Amino acid sequence: MLEQSYYDKADEIIAEHGRIQKALIPIIQDIQAYYRYLPSELLSYVALQLGINEAKAYSVATFYENFSFEAKGKYVIRVCDGTACHVRKSSLILERLYKELGLSKEKHTTDDMLFTLETVSCLGACGLAPVLTVNDEVHPSMTPEKVSELIAGLRGEQA
Amino acid sequence: MDYITIDTKRVPIEGEKNVLSLIRKAGIDLPTFCYHSELSIYGACRMCVVEDERGRIFASCSEQPRPGMVIYTNTKKIQAYRRLIIELLLSAHCRDCTTCQKNGTCSLQELAYRVGVHAVRFLNDKKRIALDMSSPSIVRDPNKCILCGDCVRTCDEIQGIGAIDFAFRGSKTQVMPAFDKTLAETDCVGCGQCVTVCPTAAISIRTNVTQIWNAIDDPNVRVVAQIAPAVRVAVGDSFNIPKGENCFGILVAALRTMGFDEIYDTSFAADLTVMEESKELAERLEKNEKLPLFTSCCPGWVKYCENKYPEFKDNISTCRSPQGMFSAVIKDYFKEKDEKDGKRTVVVSIMPCTAKKGEILRPDNFTEGRQDTDFVITTQEVVRMIKQVGIQFEQLEAEAADMPFGVASGGGTIFGTTGGVTEAVLRRLAKEKNYKNLKEISYMGVRGDELIKEATVSLGDREVKIAVVHSLGKAGELLEMMKSGEAGYDFVEVMACRRGCIMGGGQPPFAGPRTKKSRMEGLYKIDSMSNIRYPDENPVLLQMYDNFLAGKEHKLLHRNLAE
Repeated sequence: MLEQSYYDKADEIIAEHGRIQKALIPIIQDIQAYYRYLPSELLSYVALQLGINEAKAYSVATFYENFSFEAKGKYVIRVCDGTACHVRKSSLILERLYKELGLSKEKHTTDDMLFTLETVSCLGACGLAPVLTVNDEVHPSMTPEKVSELIAGLRGEQA
Repeated sequence: MDYITIDTKRVPIEGEKNVLSLIRKAGIDLPTFCYHSELSIYGACRMCVVEDERGRIFASCSEQPRPGMVIYTNTKKIQAYRRLIIELLLSAHCRDCTTCQKNGTCSLQELAYRVGVHAVRFLNDKKRIALDMSSPSIVRDPNKCILCGDCVRTCDEIQGIGAIDFAFRGSKTQVMPAFDKTLAETDCVGCGQCVTVCPTAAISIRTNVTQIWNAIDDPNVRVVAQIAPAVRVAVGDSFNIPKGENCFGILVAALRTMGFDEIYDTSFAADLTVMEESKELAERLEKNEKLPLFTSCCPGWVKYCENKYPEFKDNISTCRSPQGMFSAVIKDYFKEKDEKDGKRTVVVSIMPCTAKKGEILRPDNFTEGRQDTDFVITTQEVVRMIKQVGIQFEQLEAEAADMPFGVASGGGTIFGTTGGVTEAVLRRLAKEKNYKNLKEISYMGVRGDELIKEATVSLGDREVKIAVVHSLGKAGELLEMMKSGEAGYDFVEVMACRRGCIMGGGQPPFAGPRTKKSRMEGLYKIDSMSNIRYPDENPVLLQMYDNFLAGKEHKLLHRNLAE
């Protein structure tokens, strides 16, 4: 069970969009934008409020890669693994990130909740390949060395 | 008249909504996994693809017929297409066919044979997923799912529950409850309607056959069977007996061959239910409280009401279901004899229903802490037992059930179909009991397929408003109407499954419209051929009320709601 404030926030967002079934996606998008993830309790809560059965809401939320039930780190790093980035060796970049952050295919977020690492199928910036984003900031033409610098820089900001 | 041409044959369009219906009308059984006439069209399985004269391939289930259309159902291109679909389905499927529940009745198996898939070229790299054994009624095996979505749509569209849905995407797609919970943690009521549409064993009946054989094998156990009304008109389906024919006598003979000690008719307990429920209705009408009275025979409905509409919980009759009453009576009846013989009575109830497997575990169905019904087996499971023994079912001579609980009225027998409980209650409440009155009741509008049926009957100086509803989705609509004040009734009969128990989750699957109709007609035929048609004219029952049952009515026939 989440704190009451979460449900109040959900109520506020539901009120903005209206208590209608077709508002499910915009509502859970806003919840995710606010908390940087979609708490599963809130998905069930929204479904109940909109009169959608829970399994259907879960179906929608799992269909889109964008929704995450896991809390995310302060910096969400998205490595593009689309065709153009892939042929320009995005896998080496990913590997370096795994090593630097101590993450893996199964573990996406660092224990200090600072970094979350994801791969995406295309960022639509193929000319800048290989590319990654940190939150909404684009980092073009990446190399493993630049990755290490980037991480060190972000860690430095914290210190 | 408009026509379309199917494989050079001209077929008239007579209001059909899709090309598939026309093809089937033309006598071609085009294969499908995801098409069911009572569900929305989904177009997922692509088995019903056809080719038009320009070589365009499309799914016939989701194509509207246009006059002058020319289509081919069996070109080389389509044959190859269908084979590839099946091959791909099989490549991601757990292919332990020989040990599968569905072996022999699996649609995937059948279609693989029909379209001629002889080898599967692709490796199955899917991880094995654990079975969901949390429900007493059904088992979910995701490894056998072909993602046709039939269960998802049945649960949502027909039953209004939506316990399961698709989750994830692409090759990771699975059917599951929200957050991969177990079925027991959802609003699943165990009605088993998903089982009846599942083409494979991805959802199957939780079987209790082994426990029954163990009981039969134990010399210290008295194995008593009760056979529900709806079983008798469906069990013959598996043995090439004409649809809807009454197989009660043959089933009794088969059970005796298997080693059951006593065999009774649940219709007898249905008569008991009529007596108790009518009394309850009269009392509530007099006091004008807790109206409408909802029937309590259907465990799927009782659970649905408790889950989704707890505010109506007290309106449900306090009567146990016929199964529950009967098992309590049987256990009590044999109590002394058991002590004398040094035996233990095990009650096995043979039901069309998977939800009944859950009902027997409810503490409100126990008598003084004792579980009355030991096991429930469905029609499908009893068929399996008959086949295990090798009984030539269709050649057996019919035998009568045992006394004293082998006598039932026609009114008790029609409990197996929608409207039956209401009709039997109306017979009980009728002042004059004669043929004319029976006919009048049968014409009141409680019979038939319509999903919500209404009738009004005069009782004394009061007009009693009655509703009969089947399928939980419609029951939900009716309750919403009652909540908003749009509708008001005094008595409401609810059956969780469409058409009632004859189409229960434990019945032989894949029943088409003709089979559904024959099962219903079969029960009405048994009723009209009965010597006793009024439940309150059942001589055994009347005698029991005077002797054995006297003083125990509440303990044995009603749910102990205090616990």
